Amino acid sequence: MTREGWTRLGLVAAGIAALEALCRTKVIKPLTLVPPSRMVHDLAGLLIAGDIFDDIGQTAIEVGGAFFLAIVLGVLMGAAIQATPRLRRAVAPVLASWYAVPSFVFYPLLVALFGLSTSPLIAIGVLSATPAMVVATIGGLDRVPRVLLRAARIHRLTAAQTLWLITLPSALPSLFTGLKLSFAYAFIGVIAGEFILSGGGIGYGIAYAYESFETPKMYALMLLVLIVAVGVNGALHAWEGRLLQRRQR
Amino acid sequence: MTAEAGAHATLRAVTRTYPGARPVHALGPIDLDLMRGEFFSVVGPSGCGKSTLLDVLAGLSEPTSGEITFEGKPVRGVPDGIGVVFQEDASFPWLSVRDNVAFGLRRMGTDPAEITRRVDYAIGFMGLKDFAHSYPAQLSGGMRQRVCIARTLVLQPRLILLDEPFGALDQQTRLLMGDELLRLWRETSATVLLITHALDEAAMLSDRVGVMSARPGVFIDLVQTNWPRDRDSRIVAEAEFGAVTGRLWGSLRAESMKAIGRAG
Ligand SMILES: Nc1ncnc2c1ncn2[C@@H]1O[C@H](COP(=O)(O)OP(=O)(O)O)[C@@H](O)[C@H]1O
Ligand SMILES: [Mg+2]
Repeated sequence: MTREGWTRLGLVAAGIAALEALCRTKVIKPLTLVPPSRMVHDLAGLLIAGDIFDDIGQTAIEVGGAFFLAIVLGVLMGAAIQATPRLRRAVAPVLASWYAVPSFVFYPLLVALFGLSTSPLIAIGVLSATPAMVVATIGGLDRVPRVLLRAARIHRLTAAQTLWLITLPSALPSLFTGLKLSFAYAFIGVIAGEFILSGGGIGYGIAYAYESFETPKMYALMLLVLIVAVGVNGALHAWEGRLLQRRQR
Repeated sequence: MTAEAGAHATLRAVTRTYPGARPVHALGPIDLDLMRGEFFSVVGPSGCGKSTLLDVLAGLSEPTSGEITFEGKPVRGVPDGIGVVFQEDASFPWLSVRDNVAFGLRRMGTDPAEITRRVDYAIGFMGLKDFAHSYPAQLSGGMRQRVCIARTLVLQPRLILLDEPFGALDQQTRLLMGDELLRLWRETSATVLLITHALDEAAMLSDRVGVMSARPGVFIDLVQTNWPRDRDSRIVAEAEFGAVTGRLWGSLRAESMKAIGRAG
């Protein structure tokens, strides 16, 4: 591991240790925050008991579905926008200001449309996650060097070969940024949606535990969310590093 | 197929105008017969249409008027048998040097043993052996250009077009790269069209040099050199070399002045 890596690990460990100490010495009251070690213990207990598997499964389907749809929609829309200058000029301001719109305000509308099922949650995830993928796709396609496309034609590649062998690898650095952001937005969208209005899922579990004063369970679930968010992002980051490390100019 | 000494590629009254609100007449009319196996260079002031000439000859863009043939057939799109080394770095940054060089052969479904043999040869020929597993990002600009040349030569093109391939290199390295280019030309017996802005490079390497006018580029002089086929960069020391370079500059001086905005 690099020196920066050790420093980062040290800082996180110190933060957790400090929190543990503050909780154990009751400087922070147990009703406010349980010690980190207890969170780990409670989470392990929940996982062993299997009580939360349904919630985990529901959230996984929602986040996975939203992430997948956002990638497909984002890449298709991004490619269409990038290839059509008029369309691009028309939608550029919309894309730029998308993040200023809290997509959650549409949630009641989505529930009215789809009913109280997983569909409105997937929809809110897609709404949150797609723009990042659109922007990343446009940026990636913009950065495909023209000379490489000319080299593709000299090699007499078909359109599909050019897309797969030249365009995709050229756009990959930007696409990875899009993947990481899209996952984050899909995850946030779904968990928050479950929080507000849902009958299941991790977000719902946290809200339910909060309302019924099950503080330990609430924190265990929060820890789970944190682990999944950091874990998936870290996995994408590592994959990106492996694919891109050797081509940094 | 035409006889050994016949025209390999022909351009007849070829022009190219870039369309737009203010159309740019970039090239022509050009008439040229590239002889099979000859080393032909094009010199001309910058912006005179040299790269445009390469584009239409390679089938990358269509001429606005005129006819181009390669091996007797009209050029429509990129024909089989043409290799191009571009002015810009066109190495694929996500592939190792080896995979860059093998790129074209793999697309054509060549037998793996044959690929290995030809890639090894091209890598050795271009002096890239120690860098076979490096990535373009780890190489200098000149080395990357060598990768592109190796990637082209491994396909054994019958016509090789090079657009100022050594533009970024220092004079000494350019002379040595010129030697390698001559060696490549001799060993492959391909027809070579080299675009360059360096008069000495053109004079030293070529059987014939076409001098282009300022835009729209037309040939204002065609200079025959009569060098032996097994020449190398040492001919720069010969009196004949000075005469050729002098003639090129004589034709080009007025055009270069036009290009920088002064009256000849
Ligand atoms: N795609 C294009 N659209 C409009 N003008 C162009 C385009 N490409 C080149 N030109 C113009 O055509 C002229 C010839 O360009 P080029 O062939 O690249 O010159 P050279 O290679 O001799 O420097 C230049 O004036 C250039 O600005
Ligand atoms: Mg040029």
